[in-house]
Amino acid sequence: MSGSTEQNASRRTQAESILTEAAHTARSQEVTDTSGAVLRTDKCTIRFGGLIAVNSLDMAVREGEIYGLIGPNGAGKTTVFNLLTGVYEPTEGEIYFQGKRIDSLRPHQIARRGVSRTFQNIRLFPGMTVLENVLTACHIHSRQSLADAVFRTPRFERDEREQREFCLELLKIFGLERFQNEGGTSLPYGNQRRLEIVRALATRPKLLLLDEPAAGMNPAEQEDLIELIRLVRDRFGLTILLVEHNMKVVMGICERIQVLDYGKPIALGLPEEIRNNPKVIEAYLGD
Amino acid sequence: MKFLKRLLVAVVIGLVLYALNLAMSKEGLFGIGVPLYQVDLWKLAGINVILAVSLNLINGFTGQFSIGHVGFMAVGAYSSTFMTVYYTQGLEQSLAGAVGAGVAAAIVFLLVIIVGAIAAAIAGLIVGIPTLRLRGDYLAIATLGFAEIIRIVIVNTNRIGAATGFRGAVDPWPGRVTIPAYTNFLWIGIFDVVTIVIIYNIVNSDTGRALISIREDELAAQAMGVNTTRYKVTAFVISAALAGVAGALYGHWRLPHPADFTFVRSFEIIIMIVLGGMGSITGAVLGALVITFLPELLRQLPGEVYNYRLVIYAALLILIMITRPQGMLGGREIGFNWLKRAQRRPEGDTAVGADKGVPIAERDAPTADHAKEVENR
Amino acid sequence: MDTFVQQLINGLNIGAIYALIALGYTMVYGILRLINFAHGDIYMVGAFAGYGLAYFIAANLGLAGASWGALLIVLVGAMITAALVGMAIERFAYRPVRKYSRMTTLITAIGVSLLIENLFVARYGGMGRGFPQLLNDRTYQLFGNAAISKSQILIFVVSIALMLLLQWIIYKTRVGTAMRAVSFNLNSSKLMGINTDAIITFTFALGSALAAAAGVLTAQYSPTIDPLMGITTGLKAFVAAVLGGIGNIPGAVLGGLLIGVAETMVVGYGANVGIASTYRDAVAFAILILVLLLRPSGLLGSTVQEKV
Repeated sequence: MSGSTEQNASRRTQAESILTEAAHTARSQEVTDTSGAVLRTDKCTIRFGGLIAVNSLDMAVREGEIYGLIGPNGAGKTTVFNLLTGVYEPTEGEIYFQGKRIDSLRPHQIARRGVSRTFQNIRLFPGMTVLENVLTACHIHSRQSLADAVFRTPRFERDEREQREFCLELLKIFGLERFQNEGGTSLPYGNQRRLEIVRALATRPKLLLLDEPAAGMNPAEQEDLIELIRLVRDRFGLTILLVEHNMKVVMGICERIQVLDYGKPIALGLPEEIRNNPKVIEAYLGD
Repeated sequence: MKFLKRLLVAVVIGLVLYALNLAMSKEGLFGIGVPLYQVDLWKLAGINVILAVSLNLINGFTGQFSIGHVGFMAVGAYSSTFMTVYYTQGLEQSLAGAVGAGVAAAIVFLLVIIVGAIAAAIAGLIVGIPTLRLRGDYLAIATLGFAEIIRIVIVNTNRIGAATGFRGAVDPWPGRVTIPAYTNFLWIGIFDVVTIVIIYNIVNSDTGRALISIREDELAAQAMGVNTTRYKVTAFVISAALAGVAGALYGHWRLPHPADFTFVRSFEIIIMIVLGGMGSITGAVLGALVITFLPELLRQLPGEVYNYRLVIYAALLILIMITRPQGMLGGREIGFNWLKRAQRRPEGDTAVGADKGVPIAERDAPTADHAKEVENR
Repeated sequence: MDTFVQQLINGLNIGAIYALIALGYTMVYGILRLINFAHGDIYMVGAFAGYGLAYFIAANLGLAGASWGALLIVLVGAMITAALVGMAIERFAYRPVRKYSRMTTLITAIGVSLLIENLFVARYGGMGRGFPQLLNDRTYQLFGNAAISKSQILIFVVSIALMLLLQWIIYKTRVGTAMRAVSFNLNSSKLMGINTDAIITFTFALGSALAAAAGVLTAQYSPTIDPLMGITTGLKAFVAAVLGGIGNIPGAVLGGLLIGVAETMVVGYGANVGIASTYRDAVAFAILILVLLLRPSGLLGSTVQEKV
């Protein structure tokens, strides 16, 4: 997976251009500027009973950036993901994606808008092969109807062929095409994480949410992952929001980082700013 | 070309079914005949195949837990027989003048089967939409509840025979109109094939992957853009429609009676698919056959043991569950090549790129070393 | 008004029986997430055990005719017999499939149910038989036309006593504490040194004993028993358990009483609003579906959100 940008640019595949088209890039330079935000939350809050899991979170992720959301255990990072993907509805506040409110949409509707995710505890479809896992994620872009499937119309055949080609290309880019007929969950751990990312990409997202992608990885695998995430962003021009525990990974790839503690945002800045921020150090070490 | 091949397969299957049907008729096929009680068993088996394969779409592939399948069968049976008793007799007579009695009967029967399927599909929709926000056991008991309510409504409706069973109209016309016995093995066999092909084609399509993803991980399915509610309802409606077909076939063979549609019958259908292996079409077929014929085989038991045949049946069931919980086929399919050849998998199935054109068997299989290599890269 | 009181008494009476059976469903579900479809048949087994015992003591102990002593022996004896049967079912049918999928365990439960029913049909025939009366049943006039019979009072007294006993066992004894622990988390309980197998067996024994008591009590009130008597009653009791929130003990009692009263009300008043009394059996399901649509986990059940 040692893919430098120049090398990749020379052999753009069809899958790549499909994905790139889905997520065109435009970047803004200012650290706190929210004008070019593809994803924005406004005082987003969620309570479970008496517990405030996320408290008045303001977040603005710009197109094409790699944005990190970090914080100690139980800071509410995964809850933020679940809010963004419609698993939970915020008690207060709003969430905007590409300028449109998405906070009351259901998860599949948000996925259709172009937000895709991975899960902290890998959630591949256990009974499916690697290829089927990815094919399932093509669902949004499927052009076959139920009647097409029942009567095996030419449109069905064409659609199936196109989806398969797309998925196999995608798998190839991530070095997984050899395992296409193996059970998804029978892959080694690192490849399962990788496959989950491929599956998320197959929905052709504009924004990719990675929930602790480095969890359970050894240092070599982490290096690998950093490369992979960069590759995804550079090759497909995606915006990436990641929640991570592992500082090495976060500092290694994130362009901007926001820190959560007890559900409250306590800092936002460039990696080096965050590294030296006393509030952040206190949140991690203090208490 | 593809169309011709499919047509050919359809014609061959049709001929085989036609021959079987002749063999099961009174006259027999070239002197080869099947004893009458066995004919009934085969008919029952064929209807059970439709029920099991269709229920498998909900319970096996979508991973939902319905134990009210018989309710949809009842709707199909009663709505179709209601049509033949009260409405289609005149149509059949006028058609008979034009196209002959046999064809007229076939047209009318097909019509009322479709009525049965649509009625059952509507019932599936009515049951599906509200209940599908329930999960697991709660969904199960709600479907059972709906099926029981359907049965009790039937018991209380005089126009369809109420508690004594529907034998036809009592007095709308001079003379009693009975339910015509349209159903023969040919009809059942055709709908067996239709059911299997429909379910197979759905399962191996985008819709099928969406359904299976709900079974595998509902949350991940939603995150991939699958409208899980919509697909659950879709599965319910399709499954119900096919159960309605089974009901229509049953109703025009044996007179429908509320006692045929108790929840015990739903359990029987579940037993078929669990026994065959959940999520396997061939498994459901096999399960349906075993559950139809096993009690008959146990009838051969001698003397005193004969009285305990149903006890033995139940004990066998428990024993199978303990020793082979995944069912006979455990979710795998057997002998489906003949179907695959008829429809050929999309070309994308053979890998693109460097591997293009190399038969799967000759491609180097990924090894453990290779896996490690990729992981370390 | 008289009719209303009468229907209420009758309804609560049937409801108490449903509740006793529902408790067994709910306890087993709470601990194993298993729908024990054979539980209705345990109710039947209890009634048959009582029947056998009544004849046995009449023949051997000279306790023929109605007497409190005979009733007590029959009741306790039936409960013990059913408890043993319940334990045997758990040990030989459910324990081997416990770790398998829900569908497999469900089929096993259906298998056990069929086994018991067919065994009794093969052994005793499918016809109903009269249960010996152990109570000089008589009717007490309350006011107006409302009345209550001795056997109804018996049902109330015994079922309330048994429910209180159950409450005491679950909340005040060590084994009850263990039961609650196992229903929260079976594996953690095991790690905490609880003999979970023993607790599960005990739960089956307890639930089966309650069902047997329901069987004997019903037989005093309407004295015909047959091998298939557990199917409908068991199903309604199960509905009662789901209605209350399956796994929830007060919920089972509430669900049972609710369904009992609703049924008798349909019989008493349904005709006034165009519902034939023959819809009696549909009421339980109609209520169930309505309640589940409004509260998907039953009246007193708690919703558990899946952790992502």
